[in-house]
Amino acid sequence: MAEENAIDDPMPTAPERLLVSESGLSLSAAAVAEAEPVGAEPSPLRAFWSAFSENRGAVLGLAVVVFISLLALFAPFVAPHSPIEQFRQSVLLPPVWAGGNWTFPFGTDAVGRDVLSRLIYGARISLGIGLSVMVVSVALGIVLGLASAFLRGLVEVVIMRVMDMVVAIPSLVLAILIVAVLGPSLTNTIVAVTVVYLPRYVRLVRAAALAELSKEYVVAAQVAGVGRLRLMFVTVLPNCLAPLIVQAALGISDAILEAAALGFLGLGAQPPTPEWGAMLADAREFIRSAPWIVTLPGLAILVTVVAINLMGDGLRDALDPKLRRS
Amino acid sequence: MPAFPAKAALAAAMLVALCAPSYAAKTLVYCSEGSPENFTPALNTTGTSFDAARPVYNQLVEFERGTTKVVPSLAESWTVSEDGKEITFKLRKGVKFHSGVNGFTPTRDFNADDVLFSFERQWKPENPYHKVTGGAYDYFNDMSMPDLLKSIDKVDDYTVKFVLTEPNAPMLANLAMDFGTITSKEYADFLLKKGTPEQYDQIPVGTGPFSFVNYQKDAVIRYKANPAYFAGKPALDNLVYAITPDPTARYAKLKKGECHVMIAPNPADIAGMKTDPVVNLISQPGLNIGYLSFNTQKPPFDKKEVRQAFNMAIDKAAIIKDVYQGAGQAAINPIPPTIWSYNTAIKDYPYDPEKAKAMLAEAGVKTPLDIDLWWMPVQRPYNPNAKRIAEIMQADLAKIGVNAKLVSYEWGEYRKRLQQGEHMTGQLGWTGDNGDPDNFFFLLGCAAARPGGQNLSKWCNKDFDALINKAKTISDTAERTKLYEQAQVIVKEEAPWFTIAHSVVYEPTRKEVVDYKVSPLGRHEFYGVDLK
Amino acid sequence: MLKLILRRVALTLPTFVALMFVTFVAVRLVPGDPIEARTGERGIDPERLAALRHELGLDQPVWKQFLDYVYALLHGDFGVSIVTKTPVLHEFLILFPATLELALCALVFAVVLGVPAGVLAAVKRGSVLDHSVMAVALAGYSMPIFWWGLLLIMFMSEYLGLTPVSGRMDLINYYFEPVTGFMLIDSLLSGEDGAFSAAVAHLILPTIVLGTIPLAVIARMTRSSMLEVLGEDYVRTARAKGLSPLRVVGLHALRNALIPVVTVVGLQTGTLLAGAVLTETIFAWPGVGKWLIESISRRDYPALQGGIMLISAIVILVNLIVDMLYVAINPRIRHG
Repeated sequence: MAEENAIDDPMPTAPERLLVSESGLSLSAAAVAEAEPVGAEPSPLRAFWSAFSENRGAVLGLAVVVFISLLALFAPFVAPHSPIEQFRQSVLLPPVWAGGNWTFPFGTDAVGRDVLSRLIYGARISLGIGLSVMVVSVALGIVLGLASAFLRGLVEVVIMRVMDMVVAIPSLVLAILIVAVLGPSLTNTIVAVTVVYLPRYVRLVRAAALAELSKEYVVAAQVAGVGRLRLMFVTVLPNCLAPLIVQAALGISDAILEAAALGFLGLGAQPPTPEWGAMLADAREFIRSAPWIVTLPGLAILVTVVAINLMGDGLRDALDPKLRRS
Repeated sequence: MPAFPAKAALAAAMLVALCAPSYAAKTLVYCSEGSPENFTPALNTTGTSFDAARPVYNQLVEFERGTTKVVPSLAESWTVSEDGKEITFKLRKGVKFHSGVNGFTPTRDFNADDVLFSFERQWKPENPYHKVTGGAYDYFNDMSMPDLLKSIDKVDDYTVKFVLTEPNAPMLANLAMDFGTITSKEYADFLLKKGTPEQYDQIPVGTGPFSFVNYQKDAVIRYKANPAYFAGKPALDNLVYAITPDPTARYAKLKKGECHVMIAPNPADIAGMKTDPVVNLISQPGLNIGYLSFNTQKPPFDKKEVRQAFNMAIDKAAIIKDVYQGAGQAAINPIPPTIWSYNTAIKDYPYDPEKAKAMLAEAGVKTPLDIDLWWMPVQRPYNPNAKRIAEIMQADLAKIGVNAKLVSYEWGEYRKRLQQGEHMTGQLGWTGDNGDPDNFFFLLGCAAARPGGQNLSKWCNKDFDALINKAKTISDTAERTKLYEQAQVIVKEEAPWFTIAHSVVYEPTRKEVVDYKVSPLGRHEFYGVDLK
Repeated sequence: MLKLILRRVALTLPTFVALMFVTFVAVRLVPGDPIEARTGERGIDPERLAALRHELGLDQPVWKQFLDYVYALLHGDFGVSIVTKTPVLHEFLILFPATLELALCALVFAVVLGVPAGVLAAVKRGSVLDHSVMAVALAGYSMPIFWWGLLLIMFMSEYLGLTPVSGRMDLINYYFEPVTGFMLIDSLLSGEDGAFSAAVAHLILPTIVLGTIPLAVIARMTRSSMLEVLGEDYVRTARAKGLSPLRVVGLHALRNALIPVVTVVGLQTGTLLAGAVLTETIFAWPGVGKWLIESISRRDYPALQGGIMLISAIVILVNLIVDMLYVAINPRIRHG
């Protein structure tokens, strides 16, 4: 079993992924070894929460994520201005702490738009991208991963070789190529980032499912004549969820970073959409004359991603009984 | 395999790097913006590639540095026949090609054979080099040379005669353009014998002030002074092009002394450069125009009043201030004011959104009106940031009830689609090649209004067209000026374009650079430049 | 073992075939045309466009172009760049050393700082040190590196004046021919005083920027793997036997804890080679990543196809080697 994992799935790609997948793989086995099939414990949710809330960093991360999500959700009520309205009399105004005024607390950009409002609306876009990519890739990852674990044979070979191929192409180059084919837009950014990050979900689900398949309860279910689809989604899937949830949480932050990189290269959201990466790219030329419009979107990305990662770490620790114990 | 940098070594290295030895030789580093495609100008179309070949080569005649004036170079003098159909060049004697580059040692001086070879390569399919390196001679064809040239004859070793099919006054200026570069026939034969003709375009051998040393793709091009240069050895010993695509990084390098001259600063940095103690900021109005074209074949832009209304709805001053940031002047006419025949009597449309709104209503346009507004994804000499201009226009148009959807494509695709007339409104521009007004006015002529033509507004006005066609056939400048002035009145009234701006070219150099000149043609030349 | 290697190698073959097909198709699906992309405002006359397209074989049916491409590829011919008319392999070989040099430096940087930091954090679990290491690591792997690079240039180069802004060499003071393409080696070979330190100085910022994420990953990996090992019975036994803590950590725990770390390091190599796109763009670093991005915008089909094939092949190869190493050093898997 272990050989199977090491031999066919050893290629998670980007740095962050590695950590997750590495521990993810071993933990899937570990989790399974110790974890009882779902539902055996009285209140897994409560157990989870008590483990999660022990981790102060994770709670802080969660709080920040909730805060940013609320900002994004209520952007029209929170933002002082429209993100696209141009105040021609106040172009490149510095933020309030650098000699600006309270009308534009974070200053204005090159065409006089309020930076704070753009950042708040930008949260919608970045979180939206992160969530969409996560949802689509988790869904596809489950389907493809389970399919290759259960059907084996040609299906597995095709799926896994295609995933290998995706992983072998430099991720940003692949994303750019996809956006170039489809045309630059927000939707296509989501498509591109999803394709780039799909392999890790597929591999994760497949590895976890393979580990489950040899378990007695699965064999028992098979003998009892449970249908294949039911076996896949009802019997096996719930027991693969722990590593998947962890991966998904961290996947959101990676997607946000990747989308911002695309935006930075001018291939993401189109003007005047206030996407953070695109804001950075637009502001790049002002790094000397108006540094705040370069600094703030970068900080926004950093804070959001750090918060999500903190939360993801907390999730991992809470869901991984092995690490929790040590 | 390098296995080292310990932290201590890093720190030490930083210190050493700070007090690197000063070199006796004079080396000028120019921060350029990109890699050349190759080193044969005839094959290329970009300023980047031309600049990379320029130190190595000469033309028969050339533009005096910093001007558009045509002066002798490899040709010492020339005579034009009575009927204007023959130009005879007397070639300079004793001009040496660079020796020792790529193992080539010239055995003879520059002569008529090299001139013939240089043009025949572009012109005659039977020339052995015609197909080498792709064989696309864009400028030679674009300047209609195949139609204009009847023959190029070698009268003797130092006399060449160009026979034309019709008199053509701009011909001399054309020959000063980069495609008129003279390359070595002997070097061509040498490489052919070696079986590596493609090296001809990668490792250039010319007559110019600097000889080629080496080129590291995407990193650096090096040249050294040619001591045998016919106009005298250059003041610089070495010339280096440091390829630095990002303008912010270029300025940072200039500030730190990592380069001496840089191309295309960020408009946002210009104000800072003016007060920077190490920087000398020189500027020259560019020979160009940036515009927004209204597609007159698509309603409602078929109505003159609508186009005029749009002219009044967009705040041009805001664009000049916030996008060009001083590196541009508002454009009123389709030609820049530095070109003769510019009509100074014409007044621009005022910025008046209220009136624009009223005019739209009068013209029967129902608001909200949905249009598209195209912006190119690349920086051009006449337009530092088409995206930002589009954003400003979009906001301005919203105020008169027009919803502009911003559209963009990859550059080649963008231009092609505009020329096909797929847009409703779209930004583009033009950079002059030779300083003649016709080089700008043809952009609005009927001939160019066909699908795929350069007239993006697809605007064909009989009166305007008659004026510019007549002006082309006359040689008297005063008379031509009158016709062009009238043409400009029509353009303003009909408003096929929203004329945005003529850019001002800024070039920062370090204070120790002596006698650098900004070219109105966007060239970068280092012969005659010195370091203090 | 041999069987295993062969099996793994065999598995990469279909990946290559798929890669060949997908790059070819994707590259052609990109709207635009390599010839149109290089013309200026003037555009190009349809007749000449057709002639030039014919010259490049772009007017052939796509399936024929594909077969030609595969045929050439099988003969080791990666085609000729449409923009520069130079063989793609030649361009790649010129640019790759720069990418490799940067990637290796970033890796060394990440390992040299990351492993000790991770070990210390694990040994001093819960201490201020542990928390700081973890906080820095968290920030490191959450960093939008294009932004990080810009900030570092502005602060380190322009504000403090400590490091060069961009490029690989001080071009004013040194003047030597590239021999190996590795600036560190070439500068030594040149024999010029100070050239080597100039090369190192130019590497500092790009190394930090590219190394930031791997550093964070390696530090975290080392820490968690170390924690795991420290909790194992044999380490407890060793401690109980009265071995000095240093010996326990250094000899017993570290050796075992490093197994997964080595794998991560190996896998990072592939990622770094491929992932330097943004760093190269920011620092005007003449490497493969930047070249691929530019090839996309120029619609340089052969450069793009060939470049992706080559870099992907290297990534696959590196990962393959890492797998083998992993199997070799990890007894649990060998017997699994």
